[in-house]
Amino acid sequence: MGAPPVPDYEPVIGLEIHVQLDTRTKMFCGCELSFGDPPNIHTCPTCLGLPGALPVLNARAIHFGIMIGLALGCDIAERSLFHRKNYFYPDNPKAYQISQYDVPLCRGGRLGDVRIHRVHLEEDAAKLNHLGASGRIHGSDRSWVDFNRCGTPLVEIVSEPDIHSAEQARDWLILLRTTLRQLGVSDVDMSQGSLRCDANVSIRPAGSTELGTKTELKNMNSFAYVAKGIEAEIERQKRLLDLGEPVVQETLHFDPVTGSLTPLRSKEEAHDYRYFPEPDLVPLLASADMVAAARADLPTELPAERAARFEQELGLHADTARLFAFRAELGDYFERALAAAGANGGAGLEPVELSNWIAPLIERIGSDADPAESNVSPESLATLATMVKTKEVSRDAAREVLTHLVAEGGDPRRIVEREGLGAISAEDDGLGEIVDRAIAADPAAAEQVRAGNMKAIGPLVGFVMRETKGRADGGEITRLIRQRLQ
Amino acid sequence: MLDRDQVLHVARLARLELSEEEVERMAAELSHVLDHIEKIRELDLEGVAPTSHVIDVVNVLRADEPEPSLPREAVLAAAPEPLMDGFGVPSPGAA
Amino acid sequence: MNELIALSAAEAAERVRAGEIDPGELFDAYRQRAAADDLNAFTWVADEAPRDHDYAHTPLGGVPVAVKDLFCTEGVPSQSGSKILEGYRPPYSATVVRNLAEAGAPLLGKTNQDEFAMGSSNENSAFGPVLNPWDRRRVPGGSSGGSAAAVAAGLAPWAIGTDTGGSIRQPAALCGVVGLKPTYGACSRYGMIAFASSLDQAGPFTRNVTDAALLFRHMVGQDRRDSTSLEFPEPIELPRGEDLKGVRLGIPEELVGADAGVDPGVRASFDETLRLAEELGATLEPCQLPHASHALSAYYLIAPAEASANLARFDGVRYGLREDGASDLTTMYSRTREVGFGPEVQRRIMLGTYALSSGYYDAYYGKAQKVRTKIAEDFRGAFERFDFVITPTSPWTAFELGSKTHDPLAMYLNDFCTVPMSLAGIPAISIPSGLSEGLPVGFQLAGPAFSEPRLLAAAYALEQAIGFDGSPARA
Repeated sequence: MGAPPVPDYEPVIGLEIHVQLDTRTKMFCGCELSFGDPPNIHTCPTCLGLPGALPVLNARAIHFGIMIGLALGCDIAERSLFHRKNYFYPDNPKAYQISQYDVPLCRGGRLGDVRIHRVHLEEDAAKLNHLGASGRIHGSDRSWVDFNRCGTPLVEIVSEPDIHSAEQARDWLILLRTTLRQLGVSDVDMSQGSLRCDANVSIRPAGSTELGTKTELKNMNSFAYVAKGIEAEIERQKRLLDLGEPVVQETLHFDPVTGSLTPLRSKEEAHDYRYFPEPDLVPLLASADMVAAARADLPTELPAERAARFEQELGLHADTARLFAFRAELGDYFERALAAAGANGGAGLEPVELSNWIAPLIERIGSDADPAESNVSPESLATLATMVKTKEVSRDAAREVLTHLVAEGGDPRRIVEREGLGAISAEDDGLGEIVDRAIAADPAAAEQVRAGNMKAIGPLVGFVMRETKGRADGGEITRLIRQRLQ
Repeated sequence: MLDRDQVLHVARLARLELSEEEVERMAAELSHVLDHIEKIRELDLEGVAPTSHVIDVVNVLRADEPEPSLPREAVLAAAPEPLMDGFGVPSPGAA
Repeated sequence: MNELIALSAAEAAERVRAGEIDPGELFDAYRQRAAADDLNAFTWVADEAPRDHDYAHTPLGGVPVAVKDLFCTEGVPSQSGSKILEGYRPPYSATVVRNLAEAGAPLLGKTNQDEFAMGSSNENSAFGPVLNPWDRRRVPGGSSGGSAAAVAAGLAPWAIGTDTGGSIRQPAALCGVVGLKPTYGACSRYGMIAFASSLDQAGPFTRNVTDAALLFRHMVGQDRRDSTSLEFPEPIELPRGEDLKGVRLGIPEELVGADAGVDPGVRASFDETLRLAEELGATLEPCQLPHASHALSAYYLIAPAEASANLARFDGVRYGLREDGASDLTTMYSRTREVGFGPEVQRRIMLGTYALSSGYYDAYYGKAQKVRTKIAEDFRGAFERFDFVITPTSPWTAFELGSKTHDPLAMYLNDFCTVPMSLAGIPAISIPSGLSEGLPVGFQLAGPAFSEPRLLAAAYALEQAIGFDGSPARA
């Protein structure tokens, strides 16, 4: 064909995540954290940046920071420093943000298949609101600042550029959220801004090891938007490179409504933050006691460990194991069902067999719903899976039972009974008779099967399925047909 | 030593609107002071640790316990442009 | 009335506590003098003392204190000598001011200063220069010039100021009063409008060393609002000893030698002090502070760098001046700061911003921090052989108004003998050693961190021997 070969590109993605810590008070003062309160009622000289006010570190924020570092497998720095990051903006009252720079609290680490570069502590900015109908920055003439949020403790987590697709970025972010939620250190709610994600995106020809020019994406305030935004940026960069145009290093603002990316005006034209050690704060020493206390507060099993256990000990498929671990509510539901199956004797039900029933369930209740809140109890699901295992009900009939369970709840055995969905077995006279009718109805297919062409068996099996309304076991039907045609 | 462009760049970083005359004067004065300060560049300070704090104190932490905030009237008392119970500013997005 | 004014602060406090003086009368006597101030030492004077205090049962007996403008005082103008904070009344008070009020020293007034404590002559105040009570054509020194002049002129029984590179010691010397720069961390900085955070320290201005010890005793203490504050390790007793037996004094050649540019009159007074010290039993020897001659350079990088960040919050958004008429944010910032800050403040913001900027950090700020390490080491070395080092406080006496304003560098040389101690974070006291051509001369004693009790004791012994009479200006 005439078209030139389209080069294949590999996206290289790193994420920078800001997490508001769920402490009672702000990072450097005793003002309470709040959300949605009337403006400027949770402020004091320190978080307003009044002349003469000084910061003092919140011990719990440090504790949470160390917990996060440990959960992500980071090295906790014995000694770390706070710096001033200087820039003017109305949401930054001191005109410097207290952050960590070259000596952060945590370095290295890994979560799932992505390495962690660093984790550090800093303070959140105030909220800048814009007057005017749209409430947006462009086109507004006046803005006003609410300092309630200012000084909220933040942890910034920076990944290594180990992510290679938009979906992987989204999935990893979900894993991170689940991990942080399990630590109990944050609400991690993207819609409320307690979890914020920026992405550094570049692409390079597949096989190349050099990094392309990266852009920074901001304002992707849902998991779906993270995937959408990164996908859009990868496509944009591909188009540029295909046209032979360079990618410009810049910060892009994702508009979830239009899905478009627009360059953001920079906070400080010159981008010279003039970091220097914060003289108002003394060095932070993460003592052995502090690290031990943080370790003691870690949950017994973090999502990444849980995924490994699901895969290695329970034999679940890797994807399923990760899904159940990263969406803790699915994992919890699954484990309850597994326990119920065990209690019932379980008829030798394998965990993987049980796990196969979670997907049809969430298909029926909505992909974001928590199955624990559905009409289907874990015990019912375990019962249903066991009935399939013992051939009391066929796979297809069981799906129908599940639909009933989702709609009305109750005991699967009684639904099977009520709806007449019990399996028709080989011993059942009826099934042999239907098989005979199937052979009679399609002699051509029967002839081919007899000649050894097993592909031709499909229509015969289908006839029996239709006649039994799916109550017969497919394997059993096949066996009976072959028995008769040999 | 410090030229006009450097002075303008630094003034932009520091958010100071210098007049033409001030730029010239500042360049001269800062250069004069820096000439004197330059002497420390002659010192061999290889391997010397920098001092950012003269006191030998670490880990000054505060318990995560709320303290009263200021009443809003006090917070806004000195605001040059009170607006919507907050602090009004020219919008950063305005032209 | 003059009888009350003639009492030292410690004496006045004792009399109030003994029920011999009414604290209200005492306050009023000073209030009237402060209100009639023609030195421009005060920027604000209180109407009355808070009445909810039983001053007779407080350690400071209701003896009122004048407070440098840059200390935040709730509901009272706290402007740090700057137009950008003109009329600003903070919603809270500095810890040191609260400590003193609780100990029974009510606020008498706020004193004039160089803008944001940047200056050595008090000519950089947005509210006009302070005049030296010894000669009104001359400066009182700075930056705490108002506090020094007020105490020298008897407009206040005592005062507090701040010292970043010499801002207590130098004006104390030029006005003929006692000024103590404490160990960094001894007094809380909470509520002090910051100049250079790693150097700023509050301290007393008094007529004599005993008053300094008494006031200082009630200023110190760890403050949970200042991470860099420390509990003072021992009680601060009022000094008694009248000799210097066994005290070893080091005379740093780098600060006192022929190259140091010390004025002959100051030199003569200093030599006389050394002679008296020997008479009192001290041993004197030259000592070396090899990096002290680089202290000024390091200081003029570190202090402006920190100041450039500390003063960035004055942006016209939450308080203070806003220069309006600009529709865009950046212009609003730049005009506000251009109009609100005086020339010296702008110069130091520029210098500090430059020293921290990309590509220059290592050569300037980073290097200065290393020099700081060496200077602290120099002092540690010296204090292995000596109890204290002794120098003139200022190379010269009070100079004429306007005589150094044209040359920033010449002005910076005022701090030549005082900045090394600031960089090392160690305490130093300036006390008057006499007069030179009718103007006060001061000398400085510096000791290791938290040596204030011994430093005050030595200063007291010398003070008794010198017998300086600082009262003429109070007539």
